[in-house]
Amino acid sequence: MKLFRIAVSLFTLSAMSPSVGEETGVTNSRMSSADALPPVTRMIDEVIAQTWKDWEIRPAVEADDAIWCRRVYLDLIGRIPSVDELTEFVGRRSKSKRSDLVDTLLHDDRYTSEYAAHWAGIWTNLLIGRSGGNDRRSLVNRDGMQKYFRDCFASNRTYDRMVFDLITATGSTKPGTEKFNGAVNFLVDKVNEEKGTLATSSTSRIFLGQQVQCTQCHNHPFNQWKQQKFWEFNSFFRQTRALRRFSGVDRDIDHAELVDQDFAGEAGDAEDALVFYELRNGLTKVAYPVFTDGTEIAPSGFVSDVNRRQELAQLMMQSEFLDKMIVNRLWAHFMGYGFTRPIDDLGPHNPATHPQLLERLAAEFRIASYDLKKLQTWITLSKPYQLAATKTRGNELDDPAIGETPKFSRFYMRQMSAEQLYQSMLIATGATPEGTYEEQARQRDRWLSQFVVAFGTDEGDEATTFNGSIPQALMLFNGELTRNATKTGDNSFLDRVAESSKSPRDGVTYLFLAGLARRPTTKEFGIAGQLMTARDGNMKEMLADMWWAILNSNEFILQH
Amino acid sequence: MSYFKTPGGMTRRHFISHLAGSSAMATSAMTMGNAIYANADQLRKNRKSAILLWMGGGPSTIDLWDMKPGAPTGGPFRPIATTGDMQICEHLPMVAQQMHNLSIVRSMSTREADHNRGRYYMHTGFVPNPNIEHPSYGSVISHELMDQRPGLEIPPFVSIGGSSGGPGFLGMAWSPFSVTSDGRVRNLEMKLEDRRLRQRIAALDMIESGFAGRTRDLPASEHAKVLEKTVSLMTSDQMSAFKVDEEPDASKERYGTDRFGQGCLLARRLVEAGVPFVEVDLGGWDNHDNIHATLKDQRLPVLDRAMSALVEDLEQRGMLQDTVILWMGEFGRTPRINQGAGRDHFARAWSCVVGGGAFRGGLTVGRTNPDGTAVDSEPYSSEDLMTTVCHGLGISTDKTFTSKNGRPMKIAGGGKLIDELIG
Repeated sequence: MKLFRIAVSLFTLSAMSPSVGEETGVTNSRMSSADALPPVTRMIDEVIAQTWKDWEIRPAVEADDAIWCRRVYLDLIGRIPSVDELTEFVGRRSKSKRSDLVDTLLHDDRYTSEYAAHWAGIWTNLLIGRSGGNDRRSLVNRDGMQKYFRDCFASNRTYDRMVFDLITATGSTKPGTEKFNGAVNFLVDKVNEEKGTLATSSTSRIFLGQQVQCTQCHNHPFNQWKQQKFWEFNSFFRQTRALRRFSGVDRDIDHAELVDQDFAGEAGDAEDALVFYELRNGLTKVAYPVFTDGTEIAPSGFVSDVNRRQELAQLMMQSEFLDKMIVNRLWAHFMGYGFTRPIDDLGPHNPATHPQLLERLAAEFRIASYDLKKLQTWITLSKPYQLAATKTRGNELDDPAIGETPKFSRFYMRQMSAEQLYQSMLIATGATPEGTYEEQARQRDRWLSQFVVAFGTDEGDEATTFNGSIPQALMLFNGELTRNATKTGDNSFLDRVAESSKSPRDGVTYLFLAGLARRPTTKEFGIAGQLMTARDGNMKEMLADMWWAILNSNEFILQH
Repeated sequence: MSYFKTPGGMTRRHFISHLAGSSAMATSAMTMGNAIYANADQLRKNRKSAILLWMGGGPSTIDLWDMKPGAPTGGPFRPIATTGDMQICEHLPMVAQQMHNLSIVRSMSTREADHNRGRYYMHTGFVPNPNIEHPSYGSVISHELMDQRPGLEIPPFVSIGGSSGGPGFLGMAWSPFSVTSDGRVRNLEMKLEDRRLRQRIAALDMIESGFAGRTRDLPASEHAKVLEKTVSLMTSDQMSAFKVDEEPDASKERYGTDRFGQGCLLARRLVEAGVPFVEVDLGGWDNHDNIHATLKDQRLPVLDRAMSALVEDLEQRGMLQDTVILWMGEFGRTPRINQGAGRDHFARAWSCVVGGGAFRGGLTVGRTNPDGTAVDSEPYSSEDLMTTVCHGLGISTDKTFTSKNGRPMKIAGGGKLIDELIG
């Protein structure tokens, strides 16, 4: 295991800093000059700098290379860097090393499958929830949803095409079936029940940032949307049905198929296919398909006359809310807070903190033909994304955790997702995945399911206990992942680290780089020395203790 | 210098004090433990608890507690007599025998008819606000009643079969400990001797304090509190309270062998062991379609068995006078029966049920109009209900908390007492 040693010594050389091992070296290497940054990035920097000026805030210093490297790996491909990846990056002398790394993670074939799996996981959770498709009776096929998104992200399908797919998809939910189209899994369990109200509210909220669920039953006092608009939007989904397909053998549901069928309307006239809804005072009213901006389409329910979902998708493509919503979503993904809270409520009652920036980013994203990788590049190279997660006297005013509007004057710490933790543990312990991709994904999903709590509503609401509370602490203390990571048997991770380290100190340094992307402090070396004594000089057992401590630390579990 | 022997700050001291060992801190913790035992009986006498039966999805209270037989909105169910001063649904015959212990507030009138908003509002007494999180019933009550049980080593706020509400500004240490109704707690076994665990925690503490010092932006002590509680429960004999399996078969059957039944049985065990707040979730009330068949065949038999068993059991054990029971969901359902033979979300007029503790049983509070579409008496809100429940547990809602940004915060949203419930 010569590799380990080389990696560690390389890091030691390049990251030496005056503070003697207390911290890694602080280097500023985003770009040689601001000119080389994408113009949109410069635009972000200018707007955010103006915010700082307006609020008289002094931003945090830039994060050092190692911390930033860990950050960008987690956000872009869903895991921390390996020690090799980290030391290679820190050792680079190029002035453009940060933009080079973003470029590598986004465009190098070596990272395509991890990038795709990471974003497929995020979008799958967003569209069908963490528990979607886990119930045997569910029409959703989770593998199918994941596969659709993996393919999208692996081929960098543009965002507008992706949304168009998801809104208009027809076909079968399950990979390997004749009419398989994974995109149908978004709507397949949202159209049959309750007249497709769930399709209505999910589509408008997730893709347009319009919260309409309250207006299903009444005009909401804080929301511009009215009941009428809800049922008009709902009308676009009324040709859509999910059909159960049974397996020949045991008559169990094998999969589902999403189809567009003629809609006779609730008055029984397909030429004039209207829907009824009831006001709170008992009066019945009528709605036809009308988009949020007032655009009407033909009232016919015959699919051959007008395919309502196709029409809806076309109209959504014209909507500025489509652009704003995805920009807000991705900004929040990287920066920890969006321009609105919650991020998927862009209604007029909920003004954005940086309205011009949101609008300009949205416009630029449209000009860039909805290339998600471009948007990711703009944000990850921007100044606020480079900052350390340090609160100082100069920026303590900027504290969104207590309800202030975010000013992005430091990197806001947040906990890794359960998915990121899982993948990071695998990388940190050099585990070689076993089985096919689908088997690995299912193994991971089984592990993840321990944190999901459902709410018992028809809308499939759920919460996660992976939130820093006791169940999570128990999992990190004693769970299978930690147990495996701290094993000391032959050819275990710690065995390999011990074998390849010239000294216990060397081994401890390796573990800190692997878990925390930094070298140990003097005090941490000190406690390792004491553990060495307590373990009667058994280096592997000492490493097991230190590794356990590292994996249980805030510094490990937080994205910072 | 030794990091294992010299506590360097409160954080480490807290950790170590919970672990049996030879250090000076641990010794003092043991001494304190004995003093606790001496006072245990005294403390137990004054010990209040609450159990929230949470009906996820929004239960149709017009079909259960505030029936409108004969009205066009009434539905097919018939009312039956109870041991209290009211009638309830014929499909709750066992609960009917316990109604002398329970009161119905028929004049709940709220504004949140969306699941997430309603769940938040009913759990906290505040409407959702994107800029601040308010503490829920469980967090408030466990936080306030912890002083009555200094020897408690297991989480003071347990949520069974659901996720309850969050701790808000009280901090992660007051978040619900979620378990399934079989009481199984995952990842409890460490298989490591105490001394070594303590040494590992000392190393962890070192890493933690370094990071907190560098970033200066962390509720680092929050994490420490959670870790401390985790260590505490891992090493506690009190965890046997979660072993609902050890109950005699007769009591399992009395509560019902379904998840909710076992959850209620587990709740009783936990309260008996000193846990101040337990929430048990029964979902599946979001009956937009085919509501009456679902209620009659699925929800009501389960509810009837478990809820009646819980009240009866608490009473027989002499625990009812110190245990408040609260039954509610995020809202009620429309009196109007829709085209799919279901009822939709309705917050303007609905019911919840309160009993136990010092509350009067057998009463109805308030009334709705003849078709159930509006409240005809003084309307009560989530704020009022929470204020009343806190009052019943001896918790003052006048107390001012400080949120993370130093803002003074009240609990329960400044509601008024529902006087009729107070004896």
